[in-house]
Amino acid sequence: MANSFDVIVLGGGPAGYVCAIRCAQLGLATAVIEQEKLGGVCVNIGCIPTKALLHSAYIANLLKESKDFGVEAGDVKTDYGVAMKRSRRVADQNSKGVEFLMKKNKITVVKGTGVLQPGRKVKVGSDVYEAKKAVVIATGSRVKGIPQIGLEINKTTVISSDEALLMEKIPATLAIVGAGAVGMEFADIFSAFGVKVTVIEALPRILPLEDAEASDTLSKSYRKRGIEVIAGAKVTKATVAKDKVTLDVEAGGEKKQIVAAAVLMAAGRAVNIENIGLKECGIQLTERGFIKVDKNLQTSTAGYYAIGDVAGPPMLAHKGSREGVVVAELIAGQKPHPIKYDNVPSVTYCHPEVASIGLTEDQCKEKKLDYVAGKFPFSANGRARGTGETEGFVKILRDKKYGEILGAHIVGAHASEMIHELAVARENEYTVEEVDLAIHAHPTMSEAVAEAALDSQGRVLNI
Amino acid sequence: MATKVHMEALSPTMEEGRLVKWNKHEGDPVKSGDTLAEVETDKAVMELVARSDGQLLKVLVPEGTTVPVGNIVAWIGKPGEKVDGAGSTEQGAAAPKAGPSPAAPAPKAPAPAPLAAPADATRVKASPLAKRIAKDAGVDLKLVQGSGPGGRVIKRDVEGGAAQVRAVAAPAQSSVLRAPSGAAYEDIALTQIRKTIAKRLAASIGPIPHFFLTTEIDMERAAEAREALNKQLGETGGKISFNDIVIKAVALALVQHRACNAWFQEDHIRYWNEVHIGMAVAIEDGLITPVIRNADMKSLRQIGEESRELAGRARTRRLKPEEYTGATFSVSNLGMFDIDQFTAVINPPEAGIVAIGSIVAKAVPDGDRVVVRRRLRVTMSCDHRVIDGATGAAYLKTLKQMLENPLAMLL
Repeated sequence: MANSFDVIVLGGGPAGYVCAIRCAQLGLATAVIEQEKLGGVCVNIGCIPTKALLHSAYIANLLKESKDFGVEAGDVKTDYGVAMKRSRRVADQNSKGVEFLMKKNKITVVKGTGVLQPGRKVKVGSDVYEAKKAVVIATGSRVKGIPQIGLEINKTTVISSDEALLMEKIPATLAIVGAGAVGMEFADIFSAFGVKVTVIEALPRILPLEDAEASDTLSKSYRKRGIEVIAGAKVTKATVAKDKVTLDVEAGGEKKQIVAAAVLMAAGRAVNIENIGLKECGIQLTERGFIKVDKNLQTSTAGYYAIGDVAGPPMLAHKGSREGVVVAELIAGQKPHPIKYDNVPSVTYCHPEVASIGLTEDQCKEKKLDYVAGKFPFSANGRARGTGETEGFVKILRDKKYGEILGAHIVGAHASEMIHELAVARENEYTVEEVDLAIHAHPTMSEAVAEAALDSQGRVLNI
Repeated sequence: MATKVHMEALSPTMEEGRLVKWNKHEGDPVKSGDTLAEVETDKAVMELVARSDGQLLKVLVPEGTTVPVGNIVAWIGKPGEKVDGAGSTEQGAAAPKAGPSPAAPAPKAPAPAPLAAPADATRVKASPLAKRIAKDAGVDLKLVQGSGPGGRVIKRDVEGGAAQVRAVAAPAQSSVLRAPSGAAYEDIALTQIRKTIAKRLAASIGPIPHFFLTTEIDMERAAEAREALNKQLGETGGKISFNDIVIKAVALALVQHRACNAWFQEDHIRYWNEVHIGMAVAIEDGLITPVIRNADMKSLRQIGEESRELAGRARTRRLKPEEYTGATFSVSNLGMFDIDQFTAVINPPEAGIVAIGSIVAKAVPDGDRVVVRRRLRVTMSCDHRVIDGATGAAYLKTLKQMLENPLAMLL
């Protein structure tokens, strides 16, 4: 039967397509159902195009300071439209790359919207596809507005990242609601392109999930660049006009009005669980609205698995991809290495970058752990001085007794690349000693990682 | 009908016995339970008793003859009854040999099958963090089943099972005096790695892979304590010897290191909750190790009295089997022979023995001056199938601490 497979994956994002590849590698006949472009939000309107735009922003900022480096670039002009088109090409390349991977692995791609049916079936239009072994739900998430206070996404004055990524012309002023990774990255991008940006965060500090010191460092860096950062702020009312939005904001007991040409909603995401037949298949949800899964990522209905954003936080592409691999191996009857959810790195790609893994210092305190914080600033790092990227630090939280790396936090250029040394260390249970014992090349920014490990043992060398 | 008198197995390990002396002679009336003869076993001189009533009709084995267990040595029956005169041997056993003979060679064990996996059995796959936690908790990683990739021991394995594993390995605290169950011992099945280690190390050097650890102990305070105690005892009781102090310390240190108080039992290791110290005693033509039971719970005076009494009977070969079997660990003391240091051979199935040398006055540095101190060199022999280097070293460290600070024994 042509419509019969071993595994059907609903959703071709980073969780779904990786799961499909692993299934195919394990000899399972696999189909992926995707209603839009392969690669999902990540590849098309998320991770990948924003990284392209952030690099444009980086170049703009670099050129503004290049005179100090003996390079005069003259009048630096920016054009968001050009940067946006380049980011689209990058996104398209990646999406085509995923298409190629599907062909290479002989995975059937079904274009359309899939609806789950009982008996491991998925209906796409009038066609019904049947999975002999399992159906994997990887439908992902989407941006959401806050209609309760009048901030419903209208795609002109109240926009989401979806619109921001496709704009030709940028507004003169922009208010960003939400200072998580998305909000902070767009603030960085638009500020570099000359937009007057105000970031509003409801929680007491920006990047609320990161270490407090990371939030502080970033706040200072943003303010220095003229980005207004208001944390602990509640938007009480929004008045949306044709060409501007007025936000009534309460922060620290004070009330103020922020007027901007547009508002970018970056306060959370909604999972795509509607109209995909969950109820019909008896698949239950958690209290927070994610699909309920057991430790093997199987839903409340046998034969149906859920991975990626729909299966619960952290809503990160790399977490979804790993879940895809694990589920594929489980379906194939293997015993995969279990996922350590406390060892998923988290990265914000603004400038300076923020990357972290494990516990924050506040969490260590809350858990009453006996820890020591080791810290090394990039201002004391030779390579960072050379490139003029001395903002930020490496901070390692070490268990006092055994030297276990409880958490690590990096703020600085290339933090996103440096965090993996600590991810490997934690995954393999290396302690701060092993991190330092591995010889770090000189001069590199990664030396700061080794120095922070040393500092946590009270024997930092270069400060 | 006349009944046969066999050479009986008078000790658990006896394979043959030398007929030392006939207490009854041909023609003597005998009753069941009478001592017919004295037989020297591999361990002691034992009594061979009559199992039936009648007359000792015929003695088949002259005094001084060694015969295998099971052979007929005499006949008991009604007076005048005819019996088989020849010293017939049942089960086709070898004819009696005259005079003392070396122990019959044990049947050769079949050559060990080549091991399938030439993996380095002594290497334990464990994360650095797990190693640190294990070291701190005194957990032997080789006893831990790893749950990480490829059986790697990770934090979870030493944390989760730590309580369990800790009990198996060396208890970190001396408060773990006795198993709460009250059982005398606990049998722990050999883990695969432990089996491999056992096979490989045994194949490398003899049936028991020994290794030796030596430490030098300052006996100044033990000597002072001994003098004070003996002064206290005065003329009333026996004196406390260094040997008594050593036995007590060895026993108390074992309480803290159950990993060393164990028997290797081929497919499992028996970790003893009780401490029975075998005390090697030199006898005329060999040695025997009478056992001081529950030595950890006895006072120095009790140990002193018991060891002297046992040693005395050992020398006259009057020990009962139960008095020289069942030790969980042994001590061999050649201090009185002016031996500074030596290595003792393990008494299987025990996993360790400590060899005690002479207490010698030595010049030792004390800060920036040199002082004369009484020093003792102690060497521990360990069965590597049970005890690892660090485990043995940890035990020896505790022993050293106890002897250097004898008051600690009162804790």
